[in-house]
Amino acid sequence: MEKKTLFEKIWDAHVVRSVPNGPDVFFIDKHFIHEVTSPVAFLNLEKRGVGVLYPERTIATPDHNVPTVDQDKTIKDKLSRMQVERLRENCKKYNIELHDLGSAHHGIVHVIGPELGVTQPGMTIVCGDSHTSTHGAFGAIAFGIGTSEVEMVLATQCIMQSKAKKMRITVEGEVGKGVTSKDIILYIISKISAAGATGYFVEYAGSAITSLSMEARMTICNMSIEMGARGGLIAPDETTFNYLKGKQYAPKGDEWDKAVAYWKTLKTDEGAIFDKEYHFDASDIEPMITYGTNPGMGIKIKGNIPTTEGMEGSNKITYLKSLDYMGFSPGEPIKGKKVDYVFVGSCTNGRIEDIRSVANFVKGKKKADNITAWIVPGSREVEKMAHEEGLVKILEEAGFELRQPGCSACLAMNEDKIPSGKYAVSTSNRNFEGRQGPGARTMLASPITVAAVAVTGEITDPREVF
Amino acid sequence: MPYDSFNVLKSTVVPLPTENVDTDQIIPARFLKATEREGFGDNLFRDWRYDVEGNPKKDFVLNDQTYSGKILLAGKNFGSGSSREHAVWALYDYGFRCVVSSFFADIFKNNCLNIGVLPVTISPEFAEVLFHAIEENPQTEVEVNIDKQTITLLSTGQSESFEINTYKKENMKNGFDDIDYLLNIKDEIITFAEHKS
Repeated sequence: MEKKTLFEKIWDAHVVRSVPNGPDVFFIDKHFIHEVTSPVAFLNLEKRGVGVLYPERTIATPDHNVPTVDQDKTIKDKLSRMQVERLRENCKKYNIELHDLGSAHHGIVHVIGPELGVTQPGMTIVCGDSHTSTHGAFGAIAFGIGTSEVEMVLATQCIMQSKAKKMRITVEGEVGKGVTSKDIILYIISKISAAGATGYFVEYAGSAITSLSMEARMTICNMSIEMGARGGLIAPDETTFNYLKGKQYAPKGDEWDKAVAYWKTLKTDEGAIFDKEYHFDASDIEPMITYGTNPGMGIKIKGNIPTTEGMEGSNKITYLKSLDYMGFSPGEPIKGKKVDYVFVGSCTNGRIEDIRSVANFVKGKKKADNITAWIVPGSREVEKMAHEEGLVKILEEAGFELRQPGCSACLAMNEDKIPSGKYAVSTSNRNFEGRQGPGARTMLASPITVAAVAVTGEITDPREVF
Repeated sequence: MPYDSFNVLKSTVVPLPTENVDTDQIIPARFLKATEREGFGDNLFRDWRYDVEGNPKKDFVLNDQTYSGKILLAGKNFGSGSSREHAVWALYDYGFRCVVSSFFADIFKNNCLNIGVLPVTISPEFAEVLFHAIEENPQTEVEVNIDKQTITLLSTGQSESFEINTYKKENMKNGFDDIDYLLNIKDEIITFAEHKS
């Protein structure tokens, strides 16, 4: 029998037909939509006079463009308000399940999907957002699409794409103290580069991956896109099943047993061939931080910013432009650099485990005077748990400002912007120029590192503080 | 949605050699608040093109009248990051119909093909040749031929072929999109969905 990878098993089961010398017609099990990338898709459906084929396969929530204060009041920003209202109208018109602002399961689309148990192994999942790769943590094929494709899924539940190439990244061993899954993925991206997995779908494997919780796995898969990969996935196991059991949309009773039996078959066959493989040793990984303007520009916190040695032409020009934007010089240490803001949140690290780890580290301490500290839960559910577990109290006593759920300062579409020229250490996923506000300088790191930075006010290796 | 289709595009070229240009640079998130697809070209490369007061930055290529055209020649790994199709809408609305680079990000490339901006991948060597020729003479024209799958520097005749699958090729030439195709096979999709466990 043909030996297949996990990715191939799921992909092949969803091909409606293959266009000769063209893409596959690819069936989508679950579709998430939000207010920013869906309105034009709905508008075009109307222009074509076409409806939504399977409304029950789409779930909506406003997250990108929502304020993180006063969510019970009318949204002040007119354009944001219009986008959110348009989403409400469209969901009502086409009978699509909406988790609106203020409702029990409102939140970032990639946080609520798993929380509700909508995300399940073996599924194909898309959303007009590149961090849809998050859902791959459950052993699903999940990736971001453009608005034209959002329209395709609404109209036909399919998109047309060619199968990606297959890559496996294996991380074996145990990570040291103070090293989290965020450090693992920042390390991998720094080794492979921001474009190194373009054209591939990545499977993460090895003991350093399988020993992770679901939340930590989601952080890894979430950032697959930051090395150019279409998506990333991890074979489902007992950790996955335990997470899903009892969730609102998870199968129940006999259906559960049947589902688990099927999910257990979802793994790469022994001897299946990948187009590319990487192997890393977990003990080489230390707390990481980015110093430049793409997520591939990461170093260990104890390291120095790379020099331009060996660079030439546009490569060197681009590199120096990036450091100039950040206000850094080649060859200098990153540790000790002064910081103005810390941001804990986003679909990368806005889950309860992330908030627990920050609270655990800042308990009984105070943030430094020069730091503004924002903490934005990924969802209402996370917010609720943070209150119930007493984490909010700890964080507020440490000087953190707790805001309401949403994408917030990760992409600064709403008011949560880092001022021009200021430095932010952020648990989010992108350090692009202007990502957190025009002129903002972003450094990506783990929640623990962010907690350490909040307390010291400068770039700090968390292992040296706590 | 309907778009301007073409088989042969002959144009001067706008060069942007910067590498790893992500879609946040092509169109920053704060300009994604529209509910219709209109006016995105005004904010194309917004923060590279204008300062905080909204004055054009003289050193950015789109503000340099020496360069114009329907073809954007970009550095490697163009269009990385966010899946926002708005980035391609902005390029299209500004007037670009073709983007040439030695390396494209995946989602961006798909988005281009879906709305009628042709992504042409060339070798790093040929990219160097083109950047150099345009720097020497900004009036240099490049011809992109979809049928023949070639891109040619007209001043010297140097040419390279590029990949595009037959399906997308026909779409680009005729202005069709994937939804037209999918709607035509809707019954087959419904049958597939019913038989899927």
